[in-house]
Formats: sequence, C-alpha cells, structure tokens
Amino acid sequence: MRRESFRLFSLLLPAGIFFLAFFLLPLTRLFFIGGSGAEGFAAYAAIVTDRNYFASLVSTLGLAMATTVATLIVSGLSGVFLQRRKFPGNGLLVAMLTLPLAFPGVVIGFMVIMLAGRQGLIGDVTQFLTGEKLVFAYSMAGLFMGYVYFSIPRTILTVMAAAEKLDPKLEEAARSLGAPTWRVVLDVIIPGLKPAFISAGAICFATAVGAFGTAFTLATRINVLPMVIYTEFTLQANMAMAAALSFVLGAVTWVVLALARTAAGSSVAAAG
Amino acid sequence: MTQATKPLAIRLRNCAKTFADGTRALQPLDLDIGAGETVVFLGPSGCGKTTTLRIIAGLERPDAGGSVLFDGEDVTALPIEARHVGMVFQSYALFPNMSVAENIGYGLRIRRLTRSEIAARVGEMLAMMRIEALADRRVDQLSGGQRQRVALARALAVRPRALLLDEPLTALDAKLRDSLRLEIDGLLRRLGITAVYVTHDQAEAMALGDRIVVMDHGRVAQVGRPREIYQRPATRFVADFIGTMNRLSGRIEQGRFVTAAGALAWPEAPADAREALFRPEDVAIDDGANPPLRGTVAAAFFLGDRTRLFVDVGGERPLVIETEARRDFARGQAIGLRVDSRGLMAL
Amino acid sequence: MAERRLLFSLQLGFTLVVCAFLIVPVILSMLAGLTANYLSGVQSGLTLRWVGEVWSGYRETIFLSIGISLCCLAGTLVLGVPAAYVLAKRQSALSRAIEELLVMPVAVPGLATALALIVTYGAAGAFRTSWSFILVGHVLFTLPFMVRSVLAVLSAIDLKTLEEGAASLGAGFAQRFFHIVLPNCRSGILAGSLMVVTLSMGEFNMTWLLHTPLTKTLPVGLADAYASLRLEIGSAYTLVFFLMIVPLLLALQALTRPRPVKFVAEEEQP
Repeated sequence: MRRESFRLFSLLLPAGIFFLAFFLLPLTRLFFIGGSGAEGFAAYAAIVTDRNYFASLVSTLGLAMATTVATLIVSGLSGVFLQRRKFPGNGLLVAMLTLPLAFPGVVIGFMVIMLAGRQGLIGDVTQFLTGEKLVFAYSMAGLFMGYVYFSIPRTILTVMAAAEKLDPKLEEAARSLGAPTWRVVLDVIIPGLKPAFISAGAICFATAVGAFGTAFTLATRINVLPMVIYTEFTLQANMAMAAALSFVLGAVTWVVLALARTAAGSSVAAAG
Repeated sequence: MTQATKPLAIRLRNCAKTFADGTRALQPLDLDIGAGETVVFLGPSGCGKTTTLRIIAGLERPDAGGSVLFDGEDVTALPIEARHVGMVFQSYALFPNMSVAENIGYGLRIRRLTRSEIAARVGEMLAMMRIEALADRRVDQLSGGQRQRVALARALAVRPRALLLDEPLTALDAKLRDSLRLEIDGLLRRLGITAVYVTHDQAEAMALGDRIVVMDHGRVAQVGRPREIYQRPATRFVADFIGTMNRLSGRIEQGRFVTAAGALAWPEAPADAREALFRPEDVAIDDGANPPLRGTVAAAFFLGDRTRLFVDVGGERPLVIETEARRDFARGQAIGLRVDSRGLMAL
Repeated sequence: MAERRLLFSLQLGFTLVVCAFLIVPVILSMLAGLTANYLSGVQSGLTLRWVGEVWSGYRETIFLSIGISLCCLAGTLVLGVPAAYVLAKRQSALSRAIEELLVMPVAVPGLATALALIVTYGAAGAFRTSWSFILVGHVLFTLPFMVRSVLAVLSAIDLKTLEEGAASLGAGFAQRFFHIVLPNCRSGILAGSLMVVTLSMGEFNMTWLLHTPLTKTLPVGLADAYASLRLEIGSAYTLVFFLMIVPLLLALQALTRPRPVKFVAEEEQP
C-alpha cells in the first residue's frame, strides 16, 4: 500500500509545485513587501489608523453588506418561486436569470452604464417622465447595482439547489398544523435555506469586497478599497502600501468565506 | 463452459488485520480452503468476514507475519490485479461507462485477447447467465437481479482461479435472493471452481457452503459443514446466531435434567450441565397425562404451513416451538411438551 | 385559492422584473453595437461598421484570449484532474487542508494575487512580458473550479469499489485511471472545462495588472474601449465577447441541469 501512497503523492505533486511557486511564495513575498515601506509593518495598521484608508474600508464593507442583503432578498424570492412553481416558460426564465453567470466585472460595469449611464435607459425613461435625467452609474450606487447584477445568477442557482432539497412534507406538516403562509415561510422555508443563504451571501460579500473590474469601468473616483490599492500601485507607485492593503483585503475575504464555510457546514466556492 | 484452469487451493497462515486507526478487524487466522471447495464466511457485520475475503483477494494485506498461499505459492505481496481471482461485489461495481458486453469483456481486454476471442467468450457468458438480450444495455438500465448476473458473468469471463463473492445477494429482495441463490449454487457445482462467499444470511450459508466459517469479533467461532454447525454448535455465539435455539436451565439429578417446568431424559448429559439447548423442531406437543414439561401458551403465530408457538415454562425466555398448522391454540392455554433427547446440547 | 393565485402573480411579476434587470442591458448593448448612432436610436439604421472597427483594432486581443483560455484549460486539466482524483481517494484532514489551500486563489481578490505575482516574478523580464505570465494567473484562478467540478462527480460515485472491480479483473493502476476513473468523471471534466474557458476568457481583475501593451486580452481591450472610445464601439466589442462566451454558458447550463432519474423496473427472467 506504500506504492499506492507514492502514486497518489506524485499525482498531486504538479499541482502542489505550481501552487507553491505561484501562489504561496508570491503571497509570502507580498506580505514582507507590505512591511518594507517607510512605516515598516505598521503599514498593516494603516488601514484602520489612516483616516482615508479607514473611510474606504468602511465604505467597501458597507457596500458589500448592502449588496449581500439585496442579492439574498431578490434571489431568495425568485429562486424559491422558480424551484417550487413549475409553469410553461419556467426553464427559459431560469436560463435567462443565470445567463450572466460568468460575465466579467468590466462587462458588468458596461451593463450598468447601459442602464444608468449618461446614454442609459433609466436616464431616458426618467427624462421622459419627469424631465430630469437620472444618471447614477458612475457612483457608489452604480457599483452597488453592478455587484447585485453580478451576484444574482449564482445566488439564484444556490437557492434553487437548496430549495430542491427542502422536503415539501415539512411545509405540508406545518400547514396541517394550521400555520398560515407567512409562518410557513418563517418557520420552515427560511430555516431550511439558511445554509444556502450563508454560503451564497458570503460569496456575494467577498466578491463585492475584492472585485475590481466593475469599479474600474465605472469610475476611478469611487472610493472602495480595490480602487485605492490600484491607485497606490499605479499612480503613487507606493508598492509597500499597495501590498499591505491588498494583503489585508485578501485576508478579509478569505476569513469571511472560511467563516461561512464553517457556519454553513458545506463547501462554499467563491468566484471573482 | 468448462473451467480451463484447475481449481485453486487457498491457504491462510496467521493472517491478522489491524487498521490504521488501531482497530483489530481480524485476529490471527489459519485456514485451508481446498481446491474446488465452496467456503462461506458467515457472521454479523463487523465480524471480520469481509476483511478475510479482501485479504484473500489481495485488496488488503495481512499484518506482518501473515501470509496467503495459492497452491502453495506465497502471493501475500501480490496486488489483486496479479492474483487472477474473480470477484463479485455487494454493490456489483459494474462500470457505468461501459455496456453490459463491455463490462463482461473488460478483463479479457486487459489480458489482450483478440476482438473475436473476446466476442466469443462474452457471448458464452451471456448465454450461461441467460442475459443475451441485455448485451448492449447500459448498466443503469438494469434491474438488481440483472446487475448481479452481469457481475457474475464478468468475474467468470476471465476464467479465474477462484471466485470471491462479497455479500452478492444482500442488495436484492427476498424472492429474487432465493432464485439467484439456487442459480449460484448450480453454477459453482457445475464449474467446480474454488469459491469463497461472504454473507450474514445463515440460510444462504447453509445452502451454498461445503463448509461454513462462522466468525465473531474478528475470530473464527467454528468451522464445519452446515449440518455440524447447526446441530453441534461449538460456542454459545454460534448456537444463537444460526437458527433458533431454546434454552432451559436446571440441573442433573439421577440421570435426568430437572427444570422448573419438569424433567427431561438426557442420557448423554455432562454431569455439570446447568442449561439445556435444543432446536424448535426437536420439541413436540405431548397431550399425554404425564408430559415431561408443562407450560402455558404465551403467543401463537399462524404461519400458513405451520404454527409457531411461544410457550412459557417459567424461564427467562419462552420456548419456541413449531407445530402443525391445523391446531388452534389460545393464549394462556396449558400444554405439555417433550423434547427429543438426541437434540439436547450443553454449552 | 384566490390568495394563492395572487401570490403566484406577485412572485412571477417580481421574477420577470429581475429577469428584465439582467437581460435588458445585454440586449441594449447588443443593439448599440449594431446601431449607426445610438444617441438617435435604431432608426439611424443598423450597421456592421462598429464590429468591423473592433475587428481591425482589437482582433489580436480576441486571438490572445482564445489562446490563453485553451492553454489555461490544458493546464487545469493536467494539474487539476489528477489532484481531484487524489483528493477524492484520500478523505483525510490533510486532503481537506490541501483542498482548502487550492481554493484560496478564488477567495483572495485577483488584485492581491496579481500584485503578489508581480513583486515575486516582475524582475524575470522575458517571463514578465510574455503572455505566459497572464496564463499563470489564469491557471491559478481557474484551477479550483476544475478541481471542485471533478471532485464533485468523483465523490458521488463509488470510486473505490469501481477501481477494486477493475483491479479484480487484472487492471493495473494506469489502466484503472484511464479506463474507469477518467470516463466516469467525464461530466465533471466537461463542466469544469467549460467553466475554466469561460472564466479565463473573461478574467480581468488579475489580467489588468499582469498584462503588458503587447499582451492585451479581450477584457483588457474591453476596458480600454469603454474608457476611451464611443459607446457604439464598446458595445460592438461587448457583442463580440458575448458571441464567444454565451455559447459556452449555454452549454454549461445544459450540462449542469440535473437529469431526470430513470425508473428501472425489476424485471426478472425465469
């Protein structure tokens, strides 16, 4: 059986070497470079001690929280509905809702511009209705819209998969005991979907914290952490600070996902 | 089909198995399986029977000091793919990516037989198992019984030196189990192949085994022909595990076994016997004026061809008795019993 | 019953609105890419002029993205499938930890990973400026998806018994791997492959930092076009991107949709 172990080890080896050389080693280096600036390892504290960085951290986390809550509500409603009620066109709706699944951040940003940009649909409609053009694509609200757009497809898929596994007999039992619809939702459906909500929510959150493409497309002036890092790196050429901030950013998202995985008890696969 | 290779004699020497987590699945075991013999390992789950089979197969290695000999040759270090044995798994392990015919021919493909040789042998196997019509089916389109036939055909197609079967009928329903058991029995006799069969079902063991190895907690409790195991169990475990066993406690007084419910004639009793064991079929109802035992009916189950009676004789457990179907019994009814003294055992 | 019907209509209406939110901008951008002048609307006429401009100005980015995504696929297949097999076979705390580690590049923002790669290998001139630098980032980011996808299929089948079955018929390690393991995780490999190609094709977070003026991928070109060119060209470019990626997404949807379980009757011959 030792031969077996050796075989398995050698099958894992290529992935291991690749991972070591191109992820663990670089990340370690990033950590030390983060501490190599003028302030030394105090740079890692800058995210809370520096007012500007702290402000962007707060707005980033706030944006991520809002994205998560909005996405969960929207996807929860539609996901359970589409899983439970089968009607003609159901499959088509699911296909359309999950189509943007792997759109990259830049394209999502462009979708937001199409809706809420200077030549966007919302602007046209509001101008027609009120005479005033509503344009919010190039702000925090636009970013929020983009992240919700990005997160809905995968969250709906997660919710649908979880709703499929919910035993309808539990609902029937609750009804047989006289529970009205809202109680059934509160006492049976939501608790049953909780693990899915936790894992999908964590992914929404992590994505909104770490994503860069959408913000980059919409405007470089939006004050979220990934944009700050990008600016430090390119415009200020402050490598140490960029490294320290991105290391903290990575740690935050990783911890959120790891916590969710423990809480949900199932695998949580994140996506960019 | 004729078996090309001559049947194999298997010898286990000092085979023990301790798993990585420290649990001892098998205490050191010595066993000889004769060429062409069918040996059944019987016992409750976790008794070590499957571990023993896997050691014979080459899927597990015995702890240091143990060895497996095939016709006298030490094969302990050989992995299963080099042992040339056929194996039938409880879950069948049919390959979902292959059709029935491809499954059966897989071992032949590995042995680099020509296309036409493979086709011929697969056809032969399909005919033998009477599943010709299924040749091109996908595995997930088969019923449980059909899967079992394919698994048998696949294991036998390579003309193995021995056939190893790990609870092959457990996943099937009772009726199918009976008919397939009969079929496997016929097959093993016809082929004359050495077979090792693992089961927890005593009826299967009785029907198929030339010899039965009863196992308990990683040890061999008894090895013997089915009749010996049933009629002369070596330990209390074997007595309880195989069939139904009645127990009656008492003591020997003047050549008779005296119990609370009466006295039994027991010429061969050991002097220190404190308990008599006997099978339900050795008890009969005695309607005479002076029956050896007296009791009251605790329950009566009409089974169609017979009636099973539970008779309270003042002991811990009621006696179980099988009697003719025609007679009616009422709960609480007093009855007399006699026991065939040839069926009495002390353990 | 009336209450239930009202509830149904409300839910359906809500879902349709969500659907419109996702699909309308896609249609708008496709239209914009084909419209002569978006500001004055479709009545200004449909044209392939913008698509043509994208083709002449940006076709290298398209080829590079296709090339990188295919190389990325090859890389994740070679590295990921064997790794998934090992993780499926060994269910220990160690393999849990390795799985956790392998998934990290997805949890950690691409920006951080890209910076880490630059500070470590930025000085390696030829490597830094070649497209293989981008490829490394893409493999890192997509590998977890391949591993997860294959692992999910391998965990759902009784791999151990199937392999033992093959071994009992004389198959050695390599034969078992190629005859039994690979064919039986085909659906996982296929789903993983589509995911990898799709993600690699669209990866921007890392690529934006890893690319050089000579190694621009499609999303990098998109960002360029959005920032500096007129809406119609950005739209036409997006249209090209959709044409490449939507078939992959549809295939992925079809593949991962659960199949109805076939009922197998217990028919026995005498």
